[in-house]
Amino acid sequence: MENLMSFDPLIIAGRSLKSRLFIGSGKFKSFQENKEVLEASGAEVITVAVRRVNITDKAKENLLDYIDPNKYLVLPNTAGCYTSKDAINTAMLAREATGIDWIKLEVIGDQKTLYPDMEQTLEAAKILVKEGFKVLPYIFDDVVAAKKLEDMGCVAVMPLASPIGSGLGVQNKYNIMFIKEAVSVPVIVDAGIGSAADIPIVFELGADAVLTNTALAEAQNPILMAKAMKHAWQAGRLSYLAGRMPKRTYAVPSSPLIGVPFQ
Amino acid sequence: MRIKVNGEFFDFEKPFSVLELIEIFGVKFRPVGLAVAINEDVIPKSKYQDTFVKDGDSVEIIELVGGG
Repeated sequence: MENLMSFDPLIIAGRSLKSRLFIGSGKFKSFQENKEVLEASGAEVITVAVRRVNITDKAKENLLDYIDPNKYLVLPNTAGCYTSKDAINTAMLAREATGIDWIKLEVIGDQKTLYPDMEQTLEAAKILVKEGFKVLPYIFDDVVAAKKLEDMGCVAVMPLASPIGSGLGVQNKYNIMFIKEAVSVPVIVDAGIGSAADIPIVFELGADAVLTNTALAEAQNPILMAKAMKHAWQAGRLSYLAGRMPKRTYAVPSSPLIGVPFQ
Repeated sequence: MRIKVNGEFFDFEKPFSVLELIEIFGVKFRPVGLAVAINEDVIPKSKYQDTFVKDGDSVEIIELVGGG
């Protein structure tokens, strides 16, 4: 399977990735668990957040003591930002902290749903692209915004499946399909995945990759879930490439209609 | 002089470099995983030695943490 998938790499901004599963690094019980989940998942991209150093607790370990940024693409996000200005400033810090110019742009507009503020996202994306960032915006499953962001020069779009941390899976399949049909940059479905079972659906809709965090961190056995997800994205992607049969309203027999005994 | 570091005020005798700042606050220097901004300007690590924190400055020292 590993070899098979290497014939079908995902290319984002010139970087070739064998795994189409991206994982987050929030809410794990320990850095060690996070590391084991990452290894079990086969993911090559792991997202991180930018936060103030705790200057009163200096002995604290850091995630990067466990995850080698030379081995994985450590993709920083602007989570927690509610304005384009904050997101831009956070992206600048992230670029200095990671040493790379990739940014998962998140500008949140509503605390309860954590839905993105598309107006602020578009504004921030425009500036960050001009500043030389490779921008991967977290967006509503909005085909119009996705197209605008592609036209601006974003290297991928990241529509939500359902609210962050909700585990509800894909709520509007058609919107993911519409986005995939409308843009030529990779479509990475982000947010709302509840378990491995939600993942093949995303790929059958044509998505190029999927990002999940809470479904791993809150699984009863996160490492086992990571293994399941590794199989799930591969099954979904292969199924998509294979091309599904048409859906029909009524049954069509699989066995011959002629030569039935006693008839 | 009075400066603000990660939202808290601190008093010091005289200005010091960013390199000294991270030493004073016991922050581990990491080529990957650390960034400092003074008044919203990000300071490249190559300039930690000759960039100074002055009276009234607002400093952010950040790290990369778990997130989705």
